Amino acid sequence: MTFFINSVYFGMVLTFVAYEIGLFCKKKIRLAIVNPVVIASLIVGAVLVLGKIDYETYSESVQYITYFLTPATVCLAIPLYRQIHLLKKYPLAIMGGVFSGVLTAMVSIYFIALIFGLTHEQYITLLPKSITTAIGMGISEKMGGIVTLTVVAISVTGITGTLSAEFMLKLFRIKNPVAKGLAIGTCSHALGTTKAMEMGEVEGAMSSLAIVLTGILTVIGVSIFANFIG
Amino acid sequence: MKYLKQLAIVLIVSLLAELMAYLIPLPVAASVYGLVLMLIGLITHIIPLRLVEDVGDFLVENMGIMFVPPTVGIIACVDELKQMWIPLLVAGIFTTFLIMIITGLVTQALIKKTGGES
Repeated sequence: MTFFINSVYFGMVLTFVAYEIGLFCKKKIRLAIVNPVVIASLIVGAVLVLGKIDYETYSESVQYITYFLTPATVCLAIPLYRQIHLLKKYPLAIMGGVFSGVLTAMVSIYFIALIFGLTHEQYITLLPKSITTAIGMGISEKMGGIVTLTVVAISVTGITGTLSAEFMLKLFRIKNPVAKGLAIGTCSHALGTTKAMEMGEVEGAMSSLAIVLTGILTVIGVSIFANFIG
Repeated sequence: MKYLKQLAIVLIVSLLAELMAYLIPLPVAASVYGLVLMLIGLITHIIPLRLVEDVGDFLVENMGIMFVPPTVGIIACVDELKQMWIPLLVAGIFTTFLIMIITGLVTQALIKKTGGES
């Protein structure tokens, strides 16, 4: 058993098999709530807990998978480039939409901090929760938040957005593909973008665009909102 | 051969992006600089689409699996979570709905209003 756990391939095999199971479930059960990332994470988590395997051991083995997150995010420029005419057609709507989303994020976290009586440190931890992990970590670290918890908040946000997007957008009659994509990307970053890609190329491209715009606006937003709770 | 060349280009852009993140003193991630660099490259045709398309689409389509390790990472911070799991869940779930709905409705309304002319 120790041999398996110590092999670099252990975590890789576990992750790939769990993800395949997740994809299989998604194909069999056509429900938005059945998401391969969530299923795979639950399977891997269960194996680690039941097998008493350290997260560090697992994380070291799968670092090669995580390494590809940057190149993959870079490649989000490709669907965005294919849909660049949309950005030229609706610049005002796109900027306005993302701006309102980022403002909503900041204001609602401010109220959560007031309601729960959060400390400055805890407040900063939550502020960058709707942006892609790497930027969120950077902001949290620089502004004095608890980085590991920011990562947890970002993951919870991403999963929530991914799982609820279809239902929420339908409920509020958001039908325009540009609006759908921007809404998903602004609230749930790259993880949500995987869902937007499934909906269509326009949705995926707009969601990728939202990651960039939300990231930049949040950097500015956090530096202003950070002062509101001392 | 074709795929290696494409992957090489994607990795070069990623490396340049890391360099930018290192040099520019802003809390902006390398991946965001990279996305912008790649987009500029494509628009200016410095990077022709066909030279990155296949590998790029493959990476984007399979991005989901790359989120599994960080998501599993939640189990590694259970202790730290104890101090603020309720506000964290409220922020993670409730605000996400709010942001999605507001962004979607505002964008949709603005698209209708401007009718796309600009």
